[in-house]
Order: sequence, then structure tokens, then C-alpha cells
Amino acid sequence: MHELSVAIGIVELCNERAGSARVRSVRLKVGMLCCLHPESLRFCFQVAAEGTALQGAALDIERVPAQSRCRDCGRTIEMQEALATCKCGSLNLDPPRGGNELRIICMEFEEAA
Amino acid sequence: MCAICGCSEGAETRFTDSAGNMHPQPRDDRHTHSHGHTHDHHHGEGHPHPHQHPHEHHEHHHGEEHAHPHEHRASVATLHEPQHGNLLRIEQDVLARNNRMAERNRGWLEGRGVLALNLLSSPGAGKTSLLEKTIRALRSEIEMRVVEGDQETTLDAERIRAAGCPSVQVNTGTGCHLDAPMLAQALRSLDPPRGSLLLIENVGNLVCPALFDLGEAAKIVILSVTEGQDKPLKYPHMFRASQLMVLNKTDLLAHVDFDVQACFDHARRVNPEIELLQLSARSGAGLEDWYAWLRARAAAVSLRAVS
Repeated sequence: MHELSVAIGIVELCNERAGSARVRSVRLKVGMLCCLHPESLRFCFQVAAEGTALQGAALDIERVPAQSRCRDCGRTIEMQEALATCKCGSLNLDPPRGGNELRIICMEFEEAA
Repeated sequence: MCAICGCSEGAETRFTDSAGNMHPQPRDDRHTHSHGHTHDHHHGEGHPHPHQHPHEHHEHHHGEEHAHPHEHRASVATLHEPQHGNLLRIEQDVLARNNRMAERNRGWLEGRGVLALNLLSSPGAGKTSLLEKTIRALRSEIEMRVVEGDQETTLDAERIRAAGCPSVQVNTGTGCHLDAPMLAQALRSLDPPRGSLLLIENVGNLVCPALFDLGEAAKIVILSVTEGQDKPLKYPHMFRASQLMVLNKTDLLAHVDFDVQACFDHARRVNPEIELLQLSARSGAGLEDWYAWLRARAAAVSLRAVS
């Protein structure tokens, strides 16, 4: 699925920037409403990293929630998933803000030998 | 395969134009796989460079743990060596290349007053049948063009041409969705006239196409009653990304357990702003509402382009 193509893109982008250095980890920010499954992305990343500077590197995924507001009680809501419910029980929420992030933040290299 | 657009090196994207001529994707028109970046110093290489990150916010005592707003773990922070040794900031959107191209497509389409609609559904929900009906009903009043996305075959583009509309078939090979560079290429081939309606039939898939902006004015998700009323909850991303949901095959409602109201409630739960239509492309019931929706949108777009 698309996790593999996204993983390959991450590896290509990072591999290009790594030069001759070995990469220990890549830090990624993934919105909680972004339609990517973190475990699947991590698995695909391992496969995609084989034979590159990223082989064996960890994928460190930071999940970012979306923000919304309850249209019934006015509460601000942090959405951890697409089907969030307000504490008041309402499902009637404003369209979410954020939550679609898919961003490479940084990568960490192995210590030089 | 490239993440930025989902294309596959091994299974090339192919375009079949209105005359039925097949063109493999020109390589120079596509990804060179040298994705651009603005941040070009490699910390890992140990070369001296000016300290380019804004670090006014903290004292820089190397060898001690210190907190950076952009670093989240002690293990990373402690690796922040004097030469900035082991950490390279990248700050790049994984889909940046696709999204840039999508914005270019959007600008081009808006400038021409072309209304581009991205039609999404699972395979077999009736996208092509709805397009055929739409073309036959509206071709005398609205200029239309169609981009057909499928993994293989030109069957759909042939159906669209038979209905009387120029179309381009994009075969994605193993790719599970269309992306913005594919639409850019299709636009060059189709050259939709000013004020026309461009209908993009995406690859049948309720998941991946939600992630890839093409530059369309709106996404439309088509669901058929045989798929079950719970689909908006099971595939929330697609329904959240869409401005309109079209419920198709309503002529089969008598034969399946499908609660239209429950389905619409599910769709609104995922996307409170979503517009809802129900129709049967086969029987023709509800098609007038769909045409009215298209006419209103197309008129608004060409008015904006004229002004």
C-alpha cells in the first residue's frame, strides 16, 4: 500500500542527504489524521532501508493530534483519531485543524569510527 | 517506487491519449529523484560551518544535556556535539514535491476557469457509469474532459470516448493512486478548454488517493449501496477529504440491507461539512440533482476566472 511508497521516499530523501555517513535514526512527525499506519510504515521503512545508509536505522515517529471544537458544548478537543468524540458525548465537531502532517524532522548519524 | 508521487520505477506509468496512442512516462518530465532541499550542510561530515540554527534561546554548553525545542529525547540531545556532529535537521514534508505540483495544477486550472473534480471510490462503485451518463446528459451544454486512472487497461477511457468525450487514460502500473505529476502530464495531453469541466476518475481505492492532492477543486467520494453503510466510518480519511458524497446504485436498495440515513449520519460524523446526494446511474433516479450540483460548481468557477 501507500506506506511502502512513502517509506521509500523517506529513505531516498535521507540517503541522499547522508553522504557516506551511516544513519542511526530518522525522526518523523505524522499527524494522527494522516492516513498512514505507523507500524506498517515502520516495517516498510526497514525493508526500504536495506542496502542504503539507513540500513538498520530506527524510525522514530512522533504522532501529532488534530485540534477541533465541539459544536454542542464548545469544548476544545484534541483529536487522536478521525472518529473522535467530545467528553460531552457529542460527535458533532468542527472540521479538524492539523493532523495531516507528514514531515521528516531530522536524522541522527552513527558516531564516526 | 518513489514516495513523493507513489510512482514505481519497475512498473512505468503509461498515458493513452484521446487518439488511443500510448506514451510511456517521459523520464525527464518526471522525478529525477534528486528531491530538492534548502538545507545543505551535512553535520555528519564534520566540516566547519557557521552555526546556522537560531540558538539564542539557550546557552550552548557542549557535553551537557540541554533541551532544544526541536529535540525531544535526551538521547538525541546528548548527541549534540560541538560540531553539531550527529544530527541533521531536515524539516521536509514527505509529500512536498507532490503538493507543489498539485498547487501548480490548481493555479493552471483556475486560471483557465476549468473545474477539476477528483472522483474517488472503491473499484466497482460505478464511477465510470456515472461519468458516461453525465457526459451524455451534459455534453451539449458543458465542455467536458476526462482523466481515467487505472492500474491497467484502457477500457474506461474507451467507454468515455464512446460516450462522446475526449479522455486520457493513465495506467499507474502497480501504483494505487493518481498523483499530481500524473495529472500535470494528463493536462498537457488533454489541454482542457477554458470554462470546461475536468472529471478525474482516480484509481479505485478507498484509502491511498486521500493522501495525494492532485490540484483538483474538490474530491467527490462515490459509495454504492452494495458496499455497506458503515464505509464512511471504516474509511474515514476518504470521506473527510471529500466535499461531496454520492451514494450510487440506489435502485438496489430494495435488495440489500442498507440504511441510507445511517450511512449519511456516518459520513457527517467523519466530515460535518460533506454534501450528500443519492442516485442511480443505472435507473437515472437522482441524476438531476447531480447535474445541478455540477452546473452550479462549473458556473462559479468560470465566473471567477472571467472576473
